Amino acid sequence: MEYEYWLACIRGIGGQKKVRLRECMKTAQAVYYIEETRLRKLEFLNEQEQNKLIQAKRQKGFADDYRRMCEKGIRFIPWFSKDYPERLREIPDCPYALYVKGSLPDMGKKRVAVIGARRCTPYGEKYAVDFARALAKCGVEVISGMARGVDGMGHRGALMGGGKTFAVLGCGVDVCYPREHIGLYVDILEQGGGILSEHPPGTAPFAQNFPARNRIISGLSDAVLVMEAGKKSGSLITVDLALEQGRDVYALPGPVNSAMSEGCNRLIRQGAGVLLSPEELLGEWELREEAPLEDGAGCAGKNGCKNEKMLESAEKLVYSCVGLYPKDIDQIIRETRLHGREVLEHLVSLELRGYIEEISKNHYILSRS
Amino acid sequence: MSFSTILSASLEGLRAEFVHVEADLSNGLPVFHMVGYLASEVREAGERVRTAIRNSGFEYPPKRTIINLSPATLRKRGASFDLPIAAAILASLGQIPPGSAENCLVIGELSLSGGVKKVPGILPIVMKAMEQGIQACIVPGENAPEARLVSGMQVIGVKSLRQAAEYLRTGQAPEGAAQKEDESFQKEGGGADCSKEEDILDFSELCGQENVRRAAEIAVSGGHNLLMIGPPGSGKSMTAKCIAGILPPLDIRESLEITKIYSVLGLVDEERPLIQKRPFREVHHTATRAALLGGGTVPHPGEVSLAHGGVLFLDELPEFRKSVLEVLRQPLEERSVQISRAYGNYRFPADFMLVAAMNPCPCGCYPDLRKCTCTPAQIQAYLGRISRPFLDRIDLCTEVSKAAYSELTDKRKGESSAQIRERVCRAREIQAKRYQGTDITNNAALKSSDLKTYCRLKDAENRLMEKAFEVMDLTARGFHRVIKTARTIADMDGQEEISERHLKEALSYRMADGRYWRK
Repeated sequence: MEYEYWLACIRGIGGQKKVRLRECMKTAQAVYYIEETRLRKLEFLNEQEQNKLIQAKRQKGFADDYRRMCEKGIRFIPWFSKDYPERLREIPDCPYALYVKGSLPDMGKKRVAVIGARRCTPYGEKYAVDFARALAKCGVEVISGMARGVDGMGHRGALMGGGKTFAVLGCGVDVCYPREHIGLYVDILEQGGGILSEHPPGTAPFAQNFPARNRIISGLSDAVLVMEAGKKSGSLITVDLALEQGRDVYALPGPVNSAMSEGCNRLIRQGAGVLLSPEELLGEWELREEAPLEDGAGCAGKNGCKNEKMLESAEKLVYSCVGLYPKDIDQIIRETRLHGREVLEHLVSLELRGYIEEISKNHYILSRS
Repeated sequence: MSFSTILSASLEGLRAEFVHVEADLSNGLPVFHMVGYLASEVREAGERVRTAIRNSGFEYPPKRTIINLSPATLRKRGASFDLPIAAAILASLGQIPPGSAENCLVIGELSLSGGVKKVPGILPIVMKAMEQGIQACIVPGENAPEARLVSGMQVIGVKSLRQAAEYLRTGQAPEGAAQKEDESFQKEGGGADCSKEEDILDFSELCGQENVRRAAEIAVSGGHNLLMIGPPGSGKSMTAKCIAGILPPLDIRESLEITKIYSVLGLVDEERPLIQKRPFREVHHTATRAALLGGGTVPHPGEVSLAHGGVLFLDELPEFRKSVLEVLRQPLEERSVQISRAYGNYRFPADFMLVAAMNPCPCGCYPDLRKCTCTPAQIQAYLGRISRPFLDRIDLCTEVSKAAYSELTDKRKGESSAQIRERVCRAREIQAKRYQGTDITNNAALKSSDLKTYCRLKDAENRLMEKAFEVMDLTARGFHRVIKTARTIADMDGQEEISERHLKEALSYRMADGRYWRK
């Protein structure tokens, strides 16, 4: 296995070429001990790649690296292993090997990718959480990239729903990027999920690795849910890859004036599925909740239940003014035509009762949880 | 008589210390010797004094002259000993009758021509003399109005060494230096103003911004610290300048205390020495620690002390060096600054109201994601420059949003500063009455132990605060600050009891909670 690890770690030779090379030589050990004359005759490798291989042969210590990795509890799963996810093997340019901390997604279950912009609004955050939570409750596994914004919220939602969730990283699985998601990283593993990567442990988060990992995210999933994406969001790359791989794409519609939903709205126009509620999606897949759902959590039509919360009329007026996009206090004062002090007082009581949140000074949104 | 002594004084921080200037003239080699732990500028006084005596028309025979400044353990600095040294020599020479300078304090710098020049720190020195029962002070003419702020002291302003000697010989004040009437404190427009006129704007010029107006009024009414967050061009700096116009008036005690600080730095106006308006100090973000807090080898007061009794305005808060902001924590809490040197500690008063302004992110548009171009990491780094302990010391935090077009073009003027100031004064009067006989100056100065006495909450209010403590994740200090702010809001309403609505309003101004700063 050390030799397989060695082969997988070589940089500068693509996954598909490594597959051919190994098929040609039968084992990775044979690749390691290949004679130079024979190597030079392999036509599918260009000279540069041949040189890379020769260079890599000089590297010692890969056996130690492999041992250390195993000690850390990181599994090494090359493409021919029976553990390698079937769905992933189907995609063009599938990774040569996966490094896994924790478990792998269960191919017998429904898996969805929850993706979206890193710089997202509370709207995107809320629905990433809501959808992931509702889906996780029904046993759906949520896959994402553990990035800031929607990705992280997708994982969080799945964890809240008590489900397993999997993060595909653009760095080594033992590197937590972004760093502030260390809590999330631990929670994912604790709840039986997994951290996956195609890069060997210790790989730093290079920017160029990240677009490529998107193909793994979509490759592992049955459907891709885009929660929020701007016009030029990286999530749209994932969507393109997902379509190439034949995955279903769904997008969450957003207000037409929100720049952060522009990408989603365009996807819908181009024929993507429209995300209206998790229930609808679950119905499509004929899935049921595994645990009872509490007070209609996560229904996109939640705004309908607003008035049932026993609020005073002026308070109700203020509450109805607050939405999922941050609104500042002057705007609320203008819209409600109430006195400034009164609005302040109502906002504080609403906040104390957990109906609304102050996301930045004097900017309020509906509570996300 | 060959030996004589004259009383003078030296400054140690804001404190004046008496210094006895002794001169002894004897026969021997004509040397001029000065002792008494002198800094080099005091040592140089010898040359000035000898020349000035001669140029004033006095005879100075070649004698062995020893000058001693006692106590010898006190470091003497500055040029203010020139005049007392000259006076002591003249007394030793018999040009001034013995005993004439008893019970009289002399201070001033000499020029070679024999003229007397002004020196800094007159006010604290004359105050000390008054305390110690000294009857008269001979001060430079330019400093005389400042010295006269101390009522009951006979102040003789002299323009030259000749005049000083004349007074000591005859007891007659020189022409034009006669004791004028005490400058009346409340004289209309009589007081000097330590902030520039263009620094003050009127609230009627501020368009809309109801929310900020209210926050500013509360902050000034109780002396609370205020932080304004908002996009560029929304009027943060303008609001701060408006705040300068609604500060309550000073009483004579505070006025003298502030003038004392300015006097030490030589910033007192000659004509109108008494500072009767609360200072408004705007500090640029390149300020160093020493500039802000005070310092130097001989510690002198910094901006926080110059803002004593008034407002310290820090614009672009995150642009300040972190280490500079952190040193503000102590004066914000203790209301004074302690500067320690190997040879002693100096304490300067620094009871100021902090007004700070900042953008929510480097580009200034967060949380409007349509306009904001900053990455979350950038926002985090920007906000991270201000530590939470620092933010915890801010009582009111408010957002200044861009004024709407309708507000900008609205012909109706907003409330004027005069109207707001009237209400502020009323709220301050209530506080002054409540805290009579204690050393508490305003609501913001309440200590946590005072809250039980002055800010008692009833059951319903207690429950509200309990809930808020949990939900809003307040720290103990933050919790006390909310109650103090509520106290001020209740005072503004003229109510003795703090009710739920006061607390709720105070809660809405609390520092943005952790999530915002961690995001």
